[in-house]
Amino acid sequence: MKIYDGYIARRQLSRVMLVLCGCATGIVIIVLVLILGYTLVNGISYLSLDFITQPAKPVGEAGGGMRDDIYGTFILVGLASVIALPVGLMAGIFLAEFAGPKAAAAIRFAADILAGVPSIIVGVFAYAILVRPMHTYSALSAGVALAIIMIPVVARTAEESLRLVPNSQREAALALGISRWRMTLGVIVPGAVTGIVTGVMLAVARIAGETAPLIFTALGSAFGVQGLAEPIGALPLQIYRYALSPYSDWQKQAWAAAFLLVFLVLGINIIVRLVSGRKNM
Amino acid sequence: MINNMLGHDIKTEAVHKKSNGMLHPPRCILTVEKLNAWYGNRMVIQDISMDIGAQRITALIGPSGCGKSTFIRCLNRMHEVSEGGRVTGRVLMDGQDIYAPQVDPVAVRRRVGMVFQKASVFPTMSIFGNVASGISLTRFWSRSGDLKDIVEHSLRKAALWEEVKDKLDQPGASLSGGQQQRLCIARAIAIEPEIILMDEPCSALDPISTLRIEELMLDLKKYYTVVIVTHNMQQAARVSDWTGFLLLGQLIEYSPTKEVFTVPKDKRTEDYITGRFG
Repeated sequence: MKIYDGYIARRQLSRVMLVLCGCATGIVIIVLVLILGYTLVNGISYLSLDFITQPAKPVGEAGGGMRDDIYGTFILVGLASVIALPVGLMAGIFLAEFAGPKAAAAIRFAADILAGVPSIIVGVFAYAILVRPMHTYSALSAGVALAIIMIPVVARTAEESLRLVPNSQREAALALGISRWRMTLGVIVPGAVTGIVTGVMLAVARIAGETAPLIFTALGSAFGVQGLAEPIGALPLQIYRYALSPYSDWQKQAWAAAFLLVFLVLGINIIVRLVSGRKNM
Repeated sequence: MINNMLGHDIKTEAVHKKSNGMLHPPRCILTVEKLNAWYGNRMVIQDISMDIGAQRITALIGPSGCGKSTFIRCLNRMHEVSEGGRVTGRVLMDGQDIYAPQVDPVAVRRRVGMVFQKASVFPTMSIFGNVASGISLTRFWSRSGDLKDIVEHSLRKAALWEEVKDKLDQPGASLSGGQQQRLCIARAIAIEPEIILMDEPCSALDPISTLRIEELMLDLKKYYTVVIVTHNMQQAARVSDWTGFLLLGQLIEYSPTKEVFTVPKDKRTEDYITGRFG
């Protein structure tokens, strides 16, 4: 019968492709599970209250934790956010609400390129403009480097969320005799706030794990947090340093720190899910 | 019958004739002179001149795409907000051209309110917040006590107060479609405009909600001047005092509503209202 010609072969090809796609999906999930599982298994055994509350101890001494580096990470993320949020959010608002189509396309392109710059280059840049003139590694320079990574992410996600607010809302506000900037702050931004918060959280998660720029800027500190103009420790830096050290004690601490960092980022992602999921309800 | 109810009969109304032969109502609040409007290079309004009477309902009818929505958007300078929107000509309000260079479009929109086809309730605000938005978002500081009176007053005028007075803090988007449209009318009233433009306010509503809005319009014209765009000719005939017929961006005929629907002067108007095209 003519109508069956090629059917079997086509169905088999379809199955093969389906299996390939399934395998690819499986690889994605397996890699994630391996990373999470491996850090969990190796890290959790060393994780304790001391690890979070104690400062680092010299090699050979038992105990010691990463209190200062955890604190340092929070300071750096906070510092980067303080710089990047106003700049990123305002740039996003400008892109979505005020820029002409040509200017917007150019700025968007620039922001996307900035988002794609390798983080180590950003680190070198911060080294050149801050560390060298100041003659010292510092928390400030690290915050600036992280902020540079954060700004385009925040700006673009804010812009996308603002664009999702329907134009009818803008017209309704303008027709009430509301000026453009009051309309933006009073009607459009509140309508996009879930998307904006999601973008900010994702940007925070992204920079919390950055290591390369910190090597050039934060350096790490054996003396705890001393101020913004001084070198500072951070979790990713300490993981890098301890994991490469020859001491098994430090290697274990690196695992614990890795566990902490991975689940910090995972936690932020889950919060983002919950926040943005609520919008769909 | 509607006219008798309001003790006001348009047939007895004096109809003035301008030097150019165009009819115009007495006591006009807006004078449109040689208005042209474009979207980019496409001309959508061509040389329209008309007077709009104060405290009357003026209806604009015409087939889809004839420019009637664009035209009323020119009356509160909303057309220029659209991409590629451009306007020439004059629109005089109390003798002052709203397109004069020193005029702030924001100030114009506070005197000429607008209600859109789709109820554009602000979803992040409560019912109260929606009605108050025109005030709270134009002042730096407003006490909610002052707003309360305005909100109640506006909701009463929009015939919505009784339905929402116990749930003013609920989201505006929780109301039904017809209620949302009346909420938008209340929001427009709250800023105390002199003119309210309505761009097909009932086209997304069921017949009962439509009837309520029509009753509301007849009530509103005691205080405000209403200009309504509609593609529902029965609606124009039911509520309006004056009717303008637009075709391809031109004003073909503009007369008291009864005349337009009973003795149209132009063949094209007659064809349209008898359903021969459009």
